[in-house]
Amino acid sequence: MTIFGVPTQALFGQLLIGLINGAFYALLSLGLSVIFGLLNIINFAHGAQYMMGAFVAYFALQWTGLGYWPSLLLAPVVVGLFGIVLERTMLKRLYQLDHLYGLLLTFGVALVVQGVFRNQFGSSGLPYTAPAQLTGGYNLGFMFLPTYRAWVVVFSLVVCFATWYVIERTKLGAYLRAATENPTLVQAFGINVPRMITLTYGFGVALAALAGVLAAPIYQVNPLMGADLIIVVFAVVVIGGLGSIMGSIVTGFGLGVIEGFTKVFYPEASNTVIFVIMALVLLVRPAGLFGRAT
Amino acid sequence: MSTLTAPGTSARPVAVEISGTTPIHQIVAFGAMVTLLVLAPFVVYPVFLMKALCFALFACAFNLLVGYVGLLSFGHAAFLGCAGYASAHAAKVWGFAPESAIVFGTLVAAALGVVIGALTIRSRGIYFANITLAFAQMIFFFSLQAKFTGGEDGIQAVPRGTMFGVLDLRQTYTMYFVVLAVFLLGFLVVYRSIHSPFGQVLKAIRENEPRATSLGYQAERYKLIAFVLSATLAGTAGATKALVFQLASLTDVHWTMSGEVVLMTLLGGMGTVFGPVVGAFLVISLEHYLAQIGSWLTIVQGTIFIVCVLTFRRGVIGELGRLLKKPL
Amino acid sequence: MNVLRIVTLVAALAVVAAPAHAQISDGVIKIGIMNDQSGTYADLAGPGSVVAARMAIEDFGAAKKGMKVEVLVADHQNKPDVGSSIARQWFDADKVDVIIDVPTSSVVLAVNQIAREKNKALIVSTGATSDLTGPQCSPNAIHWTYDTWSLANGTGSAVVKTGGDTWFFLTADYKFGHDLERDTEAVVVKNGGKVVGKVRHPFPNADFSSFLLQAQSSKAKVIGLANAGADTINAIKQGAEFGIVKGGQQFAGLLVFLTDVHALGLEKAQGLLLTESFYWDLNDRTRAFSTKFAERHRQAKPTMAQAGVYSAVLHYLKAVEALKSDDGPKVIAKMKELPTDDPVFGKGMVRADGRKIHPVYLFEVKKPSESKGPWDYYKVRATVPAEQAFRPMDQGHCPLVKK
Repeated sequence: MTIFGVPTQALFGQLLIGLINGAFYALLSLGLSVIFGLLNIINFAHGAQYMMGAFVAYFALQWTGLGYWPSLLLAPVVVGLFGIVLERTMLKRLYQLDHLYGLLLTFGVALVVQGVFRNQFGSSGLPYTAPAQLTGGYNLGFMFLPTYRAWVVVFSLVVCFATWYVIERTKLGAYLRAATENPTLVQAFGINVPRMITLTYGFGVALAALAGVLAAPIYQVNPLMGADLIIVVFAVVVIGGLGSIMGSIVTGFGLGVIEGFTKVFYPEASNTVIFVIMALVLLVRPAGLFGRAT
Repeated sequence: MSTLTAPGTSARPVAVEISGTTPIHQIVAFGAMVTLLVLAPFVVYPVFLMKALCFALFACAFNLLVGYVGLLSFGHAAFLGCAGYASAHAAKVWGFAPESAIVFGTLVAAALGVVIGALTIRSRGIYFANITLAFAQMIFFFSLQAKFTGGEDGIQAVPRGTMFGVLDLRQTYTMYFVVLAVFLLGFLVVYRSIHSPFGQVLKAIRENEPRATSLGYQAERYKLIAFVLSATLAGTAGATKALVFQLASLTDVHWTMSGEVVLMTLLGGMGTVFGPVVGAFLVISLEHYLAQIGSWLTIVQGTIFIVCVLTFRRGVIGELGRLLKKPL
Repeated sequence: MNVLRIVTLVAALAVVAAPAHAQISDGVIKIGIMNDQSGTYADLAGPGSVVAARMAIEDFGAAKKGMKVEVLVADHQNKPDVGSSIARQWFDADKVDVIIDVPTSSVVLAVNQIAREKNKALIVSTGATSDLTGPQCSPNAIHWTYDTWSLANGTGSAVVKTGGDTWFFLTADYKFGHDLERDTEAVVVKNGGKVVGKVRHPFPNADFSSFLLQAQSSKAKVIGLANAGADTINAIKQGAEFGIVKGGQQFAGLLVFLTDVHALGLEKAQGLLLTESFYWDLNDRTRAFSTKFAERHRQAKPTMAQAGVYSAVLHYLKAVEALKSDDGPKVIAKMKELPTDDPVFGKGMVRADGRKIHPVYLFEVKKPSESKGPWDYYKVRATVPAEQAFRPMDQGHCPLVKK
């Protein structure tokens, strides 16, 4: 049986692959969404921080022999710390200004980080292998699914859901959401708002680094791996609605699937379809699909 | 949703004066600029200067939108690049004379500006940046796929031709002075738009749009006109550049080019008259100087962004203007 | 008045001095190496090409012969506008006589135009477009190491002859990829093979899972990778993940360099078929050259691109010496006149259309167990002699070729 000339079996395979790619988009846009939604910071350095996560995993393996599993924890912590330093030293000064200055600052940070890494490591990319427990795959009949890719989807879903739950359904998340709406009042209650903001930024950055570690075994670890990805992730966040965690997650997975289908029917356009969708969505719903109007 | 205002920790914009005569210090500055530019090609490699002039015009056009209307477009490369392709195609394939090719390129950019402007002008802030980026990406994709643009090769071997039938543009110095003339014309158009009742309305809209609307000004229409003007002049820069280098390529429609013009304007001074020119020359010189080592260039550019945003928000000319206590 | 006198004196001196310098312009032979110094092609050419050029100048014995040779280096970042800017500046202001190397076909064509306009010389080692000896051929340029046609012909025909007769193409969606796909398809079909499917992926692209899936379901025996650099590496790496080779299909890399295989590792790259015109371990002369090169270039053996630069610079200097001039088109003509002989390609010649010819080899990447150490990656599967390795002159539509 075929749909538009493509056998259904092949289509299911593409759908699954699309979901897997969507998991990356979801995880990355989650971090970005947390940072913008809660802190009103436009973190253009997100792609560079994703790349740093992958590199930390690479270094951990090269220099200390620490494998994949410890890196899943190590990379987010290390890069998260970098994020915290960044926030404390630079981003803090821009809060009273228009958020576009934050965008320009983080854009500059991205250029510097990417430049430094490229200077040291060139652009061809370094290899990183998946851990032994996750190699191999399952023959599903309509396609061969590598175990590692299945792991990526599962893990991303867990992290996304956990983050959403913490922010939307727990007391900590409630404090955070309150602090961004009315910092003075919340501070009057005795909650250290600046520290919360710093830690939240660090958390968002850590999520980017986590995505980087997940990506390392699949794509080559290279200094520019986040450069073209960042504008796609921005598009995802904007479509989902800036500030909506659920919006980014849903859009991330959704985009992966749509891109997957595009790769079957009009592959050359697969890099651009997201922008067409973004333009359409913004024209119809200027605040994004799930966004709150400001 | 706040808009990007001209630099200053409190959102006090740079004063734009409307009086019967142009302020003396600006005339002096203009005179100095023209003199320098007329003498420069005898000292510095003229092709380098022509490149800087085209980008200076591009930055001035961009500054009109970001500095005076307060809208940060992240897709301005679309106008630069499309005009470049149009002008290159006209000169090479249709045999247009150079002046017609430049005009044609400019018109294409203007048309594109009307279309994109109409669709995007209702957004503000980050949404505006994003939607302009989205359209620019679509234009990039189109440029990549369309046959006439030559994809990765671009349109090469574009003939410079003879302008008005008398000026042989293959002579470097002739070409230079033509480019200088185009730049000065564009610069004066931008200047005139700012220092006019139209410019005053833009300033009013930027400071308090609801109030401007309540006074009877149709804010969106003014913003759209500014957008189209900005796009048109960016197109002039692109169309001229295609003739200077005899090449129109994908670099000019790539999103990093949009980032570059932001850098030039920020460094030079957003919302100042001469800022974009200085910014463009500085950035182009930097690129030239660091051309040997590609990756150092991005590091330096990034550092400039960071330093400018944190401590140097007014940019070179902005700071100079503050020192002299006169708007430049 | 004084000023006028001085000016006249200087002018007179210039006129008198000019003939003496008309031979070698400014008394110095300036060679400009233009390539990608820091991006995707930095490893296969990049700084290594500069090392190769300097080695050639030394081996030629320029110093002993009293010839002053200078090397300039620039990074064109794979962009035609940057490349043409540099070329202009070099030819106009810096008095460079010849530009050598130039990866990235779009930059090649742009620089070719400028070299022609300014009456200088261009020798392309890393760039691939066969248009340089076809419709874009010029009396100012020579295409040295390989081109898309020789790759298509080498890999295409040899693979089909060894049994790989059904093909699926994975093509980078830009001119180079399209050309490579078109040329290889023609060769495959001519040799009795069949193309069962093709897909174009965006350039550059990180994730190939979707395209590999399509390639798998096509059940083609050979998956032709009409792309280069990072794209090829990613495709092969992810192919290993999806069990392509284990499932019985074979990858044919249409443009693969030794450094790409090095980056992939033999575990992932084993069995890959590719065509190159040089490999360090072919014979004693290549081995000697490569060892010297590796000592000067962080223990990495030369790729065909870098070796090509060595060979080109050597022959260029020979021609300049014979002609006693570095005038662009004249040196190019002399290079076509003189036969070539060097440790890299052995004996060869440059044709009227600017195509240097030499034999070309089909290699297969060794299994990890077959390799004796780093850089020992290839085994020779077939040799295509020089006369058959490149597109016949009469098929190129080059205006320089008399019919």
